[in-house]
Parts: sequence; structure tokens; C-alpha cells
Amino acid sequence: METTFKNQNSEVPPLEGFRQAYLLHLADTTLILSHRNSEWCGHGPVLEQDIALTNISLDLLGQARLFYQYAAELINNSKKAEGKVSPLGGDLEGADEDKLAYLRTEREYKNLLLVEQPNGDWGQTILRQYLYSQFQQLVFQQLQNHKDEQIAAIATKSLKETNYHVRWSSEWVIRLGDGTDESKQRMLYAIDELWRYTGEMFIPADYESVAQVDFNTVQQQWIAKVKTVFEEAGLPVPEKIFMQTGGKNGMHTEHIGYILSDLQYMQRAYPNSQW
Amino acid sequence: MTVHSIDKKAIYAYLEEIKDPEVPVLSIIDLGIVRDVVMYEDDEVEVFITSTYNGCPAMDMIAANIRIMLSSLGFKKYKVTQILSPAWTTDWMSEEGKRKLKQYGIAAPDKRFQIAEDGVECPHCNSHHTKLISEFGSTACKALYQCHDCKEPFDYFKCH
Repeated sequence: METTFKNQNSEVPPLEGFRQAYLLHLADTTLILSHRNSEWCGHGPVLEQDIALTNISLDLLGQARLFYQYAAELINNSKKAEGKVSPLGGDLEGADEDKLAYLRTEREYKNLLLVEQPNGDWGQTILRQYLYSQFQQLVFQQLQNHKDEQIAAIATKSLKETNYHVRWSSEWVIRLGDGTDESKQRMLYAIDELWRYTGEMFIPADYESVAQVDFNTVQQQWIAKVKTVFEEAGLPVPEKIFMQTGGKNGMHTEHIGYILSDLQYMQRAYPNSQW
Repeated sequence: MTVHSIDKKAIYAYLEEIKDPEVPVLSIIDLGIVRDVVMYEDDEVEVFITSTYNGCPAMDMIAANIRIMLSSLGFKKYKVTQILSPAWTTDWMSEEGKRKLKQYGIAAPDKRFQIAEDGVECPHCNSHHTKLISEFGSTACKALYQCHDCKEPFDYFKCH
């Protein structure tokens, strides 16, 4: 069992509590993947697939908003209850979805490392989407029964979309793996690039104790599903390899800084700007 | 008309006038996204709506249009609240809504096609000899199809 990093950043909200942290983890993961996918807008290989990926991007953004909104509500409530100032730095009058997305640093972001990885080629983008969507589907199936009704409701609603994401991305993994020599080579390369970030998904951070998710079961189900798809695609499932972890606790790969500088530029340069 | 004479039923009639900005033949009542209208004392009203798809950008506009409508009816205190549960399904869409969709050239959600696949009925020529082009269409709620018989492309409002 690996130890999870305590967040090194002293700015990290002491009040956020486990449930808020878990919500931020879910929000950050869906937001960052949404942002990555949106980088493809206008660059997809054919129009239909460009539209498909931007649709997925929009679904994920919608999910992220729901998680941020709920996290903000809880943060504001706990702040009120304890009579403390905003944990989010600056002169923030209460948290909201925009502040949580635009004004937190990379150390405060809790997304999975997998979703912040660069788009690479189409194969790499597809594989990243499949590995995550397959995981998300299994986790959200469990979250549907979460005792917190709001979490359960968001999961139930999101799952309908996620099912489409799994179907679309798994079909592409098969098409590319079982396609030409070139497409297969690219998928093998994508597996090399991304597999090392999948282990983190199944190692719960301390705050994930509130998830009420059995990550062992999720891992077994996930590997079984991935094996089925990879077999059909003619792709190997890597043996046990070193797994990079840390994203859930704010220890990221270098890529997150570039993403946030892009994502947060307007709010950082022109605070409180709106359009 | 003063605010006092407006009851819940009348509000529903006004809501019927608010259309989905992406599919302007459908009212938000047809779409089934209005969950409840609650009248409080003191002429306060709250409308509960639910989104079809999480990221649907039309929701903000629909909520704004409801607020404008309530304000123009003379309500001083009004609120539009989004609720998530129970999650919207295409079952909430009225039969009238499905008929209007088809007339507009969009295949209505069909329980036999929970997941978009070949064979959805073409809204133009009623053929089932159709092909799924993409599970994702011009908006989050639609998939792209082509009809083999009349050769026309069409959108399918996905079952949800």
C-alpha cells in the first residue's frame, strides 16, 4: 500500500474537509479532461469526430460545474459555521464555481495525473479518454448509491453521459489497435505513455474515505473491462509497472501548470472580469 | 392582470410559451424540464427545472427567460432553481413534444434505441433503413444519422 502525500501547500484550505476535497477531486478531474479535449476543437480528424470530442468536453464541463457548485456550497457553509475567513486566499467573498476553477493553484488541484497528460496524437487522446471513462463509469455506478443525495444525483445524471463516452472511446481503441500498422504502433506508444498514470486511480487519497466506493472492486472490474477491449483491439495489457501517483493530493506532472496558465489567464490578468 | 390573480395553472400556461433555444418548436413544458411551480405567500414564486444534459448551455438561457417572464408578470420575488434528482429522462418529454420534434425533422427519442444505433426511424420518410453516423451531434442531446432510402441526414434526440 502506498502512502498518500499530505498536501504540501500551506494555502490549502484547512476547512474544506474530506467531502469538499473529494468533490474538488471529482470537479478538477472532469474540468481538466474537458479542457484537454477542448484543445481539439476545430482540429479533429473528421468533422463528426471533432464534434464528438467537443460534445464529450461539454459533458465533462457540465459535470465539473455541478461538483464545483456543490463544493462551494459546502465550503461556504462550513466557513459560516466556524466563523472563519475564506480558505481560498485573497479577498474572496464566499466560494463559487468560478473561483474554485480559476483561482486555485496547481498544488490545490486534485485531478488525476492521467487527465492532465498532453493530447499527443488522436490515439493518445482516445486512449486517455477510454482509460478514464471506463474508470469513471465504474466509480459513478457506486456513487449513485452515495448517502449524500446530491453526490448520488450528480453521479446518476453524469452516468448517462459517461456510458456514451465509454462506448465511443472503446470503439476507437479497437478501431485503431486493430487498424493499420501505423495506427497500432501509435496505440502501443499511447499505452507506454499513459499506463503509468492509471495506478493512481485505485489508490484512495485520505479524503476518499468519504467516497463510499470500494476501489478494490473498481480496480478488478476496470482491468477486466480494459482487457476485453484491448484483446479485441489486439493490444497488450502491460504487466505490473511503476505507477506514478500524487495528483489526488496536488503533486502533479509539469503539464498542469501550463494548463492552468491557459485556463486561468483571464481571471488572473483581469480579476473579476466577466463576459 | 394583477399578480394576485395568477395561479399555478396560469404560470404553466406562460411557461408553455418559453421555447428550447436549440429546438425552438419545443416548449420547456413539452421537453419536460419543468418539475414544479411553487407559489409562496407574499406573491413569491419558485420554478424548479432540471437540465437534460449536464453541460447543456441552453439551460442558463432558459432559466433567464423564465425569470424575465416572471418579472414581466409583475412578480417581485421569484426564483428559478435547478434540481438534479430524479434525473431527467426522455420519458418526461410529452407525446406532443415528440410529434413536434418529428415535424421539425428531428427523430424523437425511441425506447427501442436506448443507445443510438442503426435503424432509428427517419423523420422525413419513416424508413428504418438508417445509419448512425455519430453518437454525438450538433448539440449534447442529439446523434447524427443518415437515411439510406431518402438519403437525407437527420438528428436523433437521444434516449436518456
